[in-house]
Amino acid sequence: MTLLPAQIVLTLFVFVMLLSSAAGMVYAERKVAAFIQQRLGPYLVGPRGLLQPLADIVKLMFKEELRPAAADPLLFALAPILSATAAFAAFAVVPFGAQTTVFGLLDEPLRLQVADVPVAVLVVFAISSMSVYGIVLAGWSSNSKYSLLGGLRSSAQMISYELSYGLALASVLLVANSLSLTAIVDRQAGTWLGVLPRWFVFVQPVGFLVYLIAGVAETNRAPFDFPEAEQELVAGYHTEYSSMNFAMFFLAEYINMVTVSAVATDLFLGGWHGPLLPASLGWVWFLIKVAAILFVYIWMRWTLPRYRYDQLMRFGWKMLLPTAVLNLIVTAAGVLYFEL
Amino acid sequence: MLFYVFGAVAIGASLLVIAQRNPIYSVLLLIASFAALSGLYVLLDAEFVAAIQIIVYAGAIMVLFLFVVMLLNAPHEETAEDIRMHPLRHYGPMRFGALLALALLVELLWAVTRGQPGPDGFERASAGSVAGLGQVLFTEYAFAFEVTSVLILVAMVGAVVLARRDVKEKRTGPGS
Repeated sequence: MTLLPAQIVLTLFVFVMLLSSAAGMVYAERKVAAFIQQRLGPYLVGPRGLLQPLADIVKLMFKEELRPAAADPLLFALAPILSATAAFAAFAVVPFGAQTTVFGLLDEPLRLQVADVPVAVLVVFAISSMSVYGIVLAGWSSNSKYSLLGGLRSSAQMISYELSYGLALASVLLVANSLSLTAIVDRQAGTWLGVLPRWFVFVQPVGFLVYLIAGVAETNRAPFDFPEAEQELVAGYHTEYSSMNFAMFFLAEYINMVTVSAVATDLFLGGWHGPLLPASLGWVWFLIKVAAILFVYIWMRWTLPRYRYDQLMRFGWKMLLPTAVLNLIVTAAGVLYFEL
Repeated sequence: MLFYVFGAVAIGASLLVIAQRNPIYSVLLLIASFAALSGLYVLLDAEFVAAIQIIVYAGAIMVLFLFVVMLLNAPHEETAEDIRMHPLRHYGPMRFGALLALALLVELLWAVTRGQPGPDGFERASAGSVAGLGQVLFTEYAFAFEVTSVLILVAMVGAVVLARRDVKEKRTGPGS
């Protein structure tokens, strides 16, 4: 196994990249928000405020660790760890580039994916469905009414939107006829009629929309950020958390966004396939696509006001879910009819 | 080696589920037990079943359990008064429960000691691939599959009946 050291390096690399992507997202979010609101955003720490995330991390580390006297000590400590672990674990099966020898450095080509699992799509779905526990437990163990309400809302929201999320995934699986993310990406190589890339977003436009909307709800982002609606719930499930425990929730939220965007890129936007660049630089395309989706996320947050909770539930069950079911049925019929 | 780790976690967590007074911990330990079971499925080369185990049981069903437990918000299960008043604490239900437990134990022992190899159609490779699993499920095991759905329907009807009685009592209360 000459591949093993390379894989360890790759795993560490993905870990560090996820951490720094979260830091980058914090900066991007604050800058984009500022520009949308005609402000400057962070600009004092480092050139153009680029070192602001570092300053934030240092500040968070030196804050005092607080725990309410009535909290459940074990679960209170466990909840942020669960959140962060689930967030990191989901990315393990996401491929982000074609096989590469890193410019001839390696003898055997290495797949840019930590673990190539044949049921990768389901693994992502399974781990993202586990991520709700961190939030729910945080809400319950804090023994505070705002936290509890935040946790309850979060579990209700995630249950409601996970269905649509899963059905959107299923319709892509039908078209791709595979559960492996690598195989799904490879099915999207090439173009139709020499112009239009063979991305599944053109076959599954409805599925893509449903996936994006459900993804926003799954990651608890505005306009679906009810678990932490400031005006009603102080800070929701993490009201009682401070210092690094809070930072872990923060980290988990941003990494979950990156994962949802990366999976969307793999499923709908052709992964690392794109024109102009050679295959060995496919990851550049991957990064561009993920960044584009992340930008849409931030854009949405600062453009759309938060829904009311009953509106969220009605939208999830009465509009998004029927759309997803219909899309799945039509897709299945189409796959049978055209024998794709 | 890994088999023993997962097996020990599954058994230990399951035992702790019923040993807990706090229902939240019971739910969490049950999730741990399901996760260990999923690990066992992976060892059997059944990745699809493992992923489904996590999605359906640990992910969906247990979230609902946790949701209900949190809504009821009953951190401590029973005081001395509760124990005396609990409908299942009378001799009749307790004897019936003991009988059921005994029957289950005998069935388990019978099933485990019989140790008959699985049918030919269900090999390790077919359990791993989704297509193979679907094929077997809808042909050879179609009857068991359909009967299971009837079982779930029965449970659902039972839940509706139990919930309905509650609503009627509320309607006849002083508020209406």
